[in-house]
Amino acid sequence: MDRSHFGQHSSSQFNEEMESIRSHLMEMGGLVEKQVIDALQALLQADSQLADKVLETEDRVDDMEKLIDEECASVLALRQPAASDLRMVIAVTKCVSDLERIGDESAKIARMAVQLTEEGESPRGYVEVRHIGNHVRQMLRDALDAFARFDADKAVEVAAEDNEVDLEYRSAMRSLVTFMMEDPRSITRVLNIIWSLRALERIGDHSRNIAEQLIYLVKGKDVRHIPVAEIQEQVSGKS
Amino acid sequence: METAPNFTDTGNGPASIPAAGDKGDNTMDADIRYPENTVGKPLVDDAKMRMRDVNVFYGDKQAIFDVSLDIGNNEVIALIGPSGCGKSTFLRSLNRMNDTIDICSVKGELTLDEQNIYDPKLDVVELRARVGMVFQKPNPFPKSIYDNVAYGPRLHGLASKRYELDEIVENSLRKAGLWDEVKDRLDQPGTGLSGGQQQRLCIARTISVSPEVVLMDEPCSALDPIATAKIEELIDELSSQYTIAIVTHSMQQAARVSHRTAYFHLGRLIEVNETNKVFTSPDHQLTEAYITGRFG
Repeated sequence: MDRSHFGQHSSSQFNEEMESIRSHLMEMGGLVEKQVIDALQALLQADSQLADKVLETEDRVDDMEKLIDEECASVLALRQPAASDLRMVIAVTKCVSDLERIGDESAKIARMAVQLTEEGESPRGYVEVRHIGNHVRQMLRDALDAFARFDADKAVEVAAEDNEVDLEYRSAMRSLVTFMMEDPRSITRVLNIIWSLRALERIGDHSRNIAEQLIYLVKGKDVRHIPVAEIQEQVSGKS
Repeated sequence: METAPNFTDTGNGPASIPAAGDKGDNTMDADIRYPENTVGKPLVDDAKMRMRDVNVFYGDKQAIFDVSLDIGNNEVIALIGPSGCGKSTFLRSLNRMNDTIDICSVKGELTLDEQNIYDPKLDVVELRARVGMVFQKPNPFPKSIYDNVAYGPRLHGLASKRYELDEIVENSLRKAGLWDEVKDRLDQPGTGLSGGQQQRLCIARTISVSPEVVLMDEPCSALDPIATAKIEELIDELSSQYTIAIVTHSMQQAARVSHRTAYFHLGRLIEVNETNKVFTSPDHQLTEAYITGRFG
C-alpha cells in the first residue's frame, strides 16, 4: 500500500475527499510536532514567550481535530467505505484524538515552563527532560512519517522506542525522588519537572498509538495491547 | 502552515506528494494476479451443498472456471462481483436453471446433501422444490394471491385437503412478512400488489414448498429502500430454517445480510471469507479493489 492507493477510486470526488483527510491529518501532525518542539525549548530555556505561543496553537489544533472528524464522518455517511478505505477513516479518527492529546500534553509542559520562569528554575532534571524530550520528539516524527509513507516497519520501530522511553522515565523518576528527599526545599520546583516528564512520557504513548493505527491501516491487524515482539511478528507475517 | 515543520520534507528521503486522483504507475490490474486457488475459506465442515471444480460453458465460451465452494447449513452466503463475473450463472447452476439454456453446459461435481444434482436420473422439478429461487424482478403468476402461493404445494401434492392448503398459504405468507397486508384480499390478483409486496409474494411462493435452499438473484434490485429493508429482515429470519445463497450488486446489502461472502471476478472465485473480514480487511487485492470501488 502506498499513498496513490487512496487515489484509485472510480469516483474522483471520493479520491479528493480521502486525500483531503490525509493531508489535513499531516497538517495537524505538523502543528502538533511543532508544539512539542516549542514546549520543550520553552522549558529548557525558560522562554515564557515561546511557551505562550504553544498555548496559542492549541485552538488551531482543536479546530483541525473537529475539521478532520467532520470529514471522516461525512465519508462514513456518504461513501460507506469498506476495507482499506474504512480502515483509513477509522485510523485517522483515532490518530486525530491522539494528536489532540499530544497537543494538550505540550500545553501542560508550556505551563510548567511559565511557572518555572516565575518561581525560579528547578535545580535538577533538565538533563532528563532534554534526553527524554528528544527521544519522544523523534518518536512522534517517526510515527507521523510512517503514516505519511504507509510504512508499517517504521511504525513497529516507534512501538519499540516507547518501551525505551518508559524505562528512561522510570529511571528519571527514581533519581528526582532521591533528590527531593535530600533537598526538600526544592520539591515544588522539581515537581514541575516531574509533571513535564510525565507529559513527555504520555506523548510517547500517544505516538505509539498513532503507529499502531498505521499498522492497522496497512496490515488490517489490531496490534494494540500486545508486546512489541508480537507486533513485529504480525507485521512481517503477511504483506 | 508557515511555522509548522513538515516532517515529510526532512528525515531520510522525502516522499513526493502526488495530487489527488494521480494514479502514479500503480494502475489496477497491471500488478494484480488471480490467485491459483480461491483464497480464504471456500469450504466448510457442515455443508448443505458442495460444489467442486465447477466449469460452466455457454457454447464455446467459458463462463465459470474451476469454482469450488461449500454452502453451509442454515448459512446466508452472498455472491458478489462486477457484472459478467459469473455469479448469477453460478447461482443458476445450483438448481439447474441453466438447463433451460440449450448451449449451456455445466461440468464438475455439484451435490445437495451428498446427492449429485446433475444425476440424469434426478427429477429436476423435485430438485427445484428443494432448491427454490427468487428472481431479480418480481414475477407473480397472473393469478390470485392465494393461487400464487398454493401453486407449488398443489403441483407437488403437499396438501390433500383444502384446510391444509389454507394453512400452507397462511404460513408461507406469514414467513414472508406479507400476511397482515394481504389476508383480506387473497382472491385479488398478485400482480396488483406493489413491487416490494410482489417480491415478498414470490418469496412466499418459493418457501410454500418447504425448500431446503433458497437462491436469490438480486432480489432487491427493483425495490425501494423500505421494501429492501423488509426483504433483508426476512432473509435474516428465514436463515434459521433455510440455507440461502444471494447474488447482489449492493455490497452494503451483502455486508448486512450474509454470514460469508464470495467474490467472483471474470468467472473465477477469488475469495471467500466471513463477511466481516471481507469488508474490513479482505485477503485478496481484487476483492479489496472491488469493494472499495477502485474498478468496475
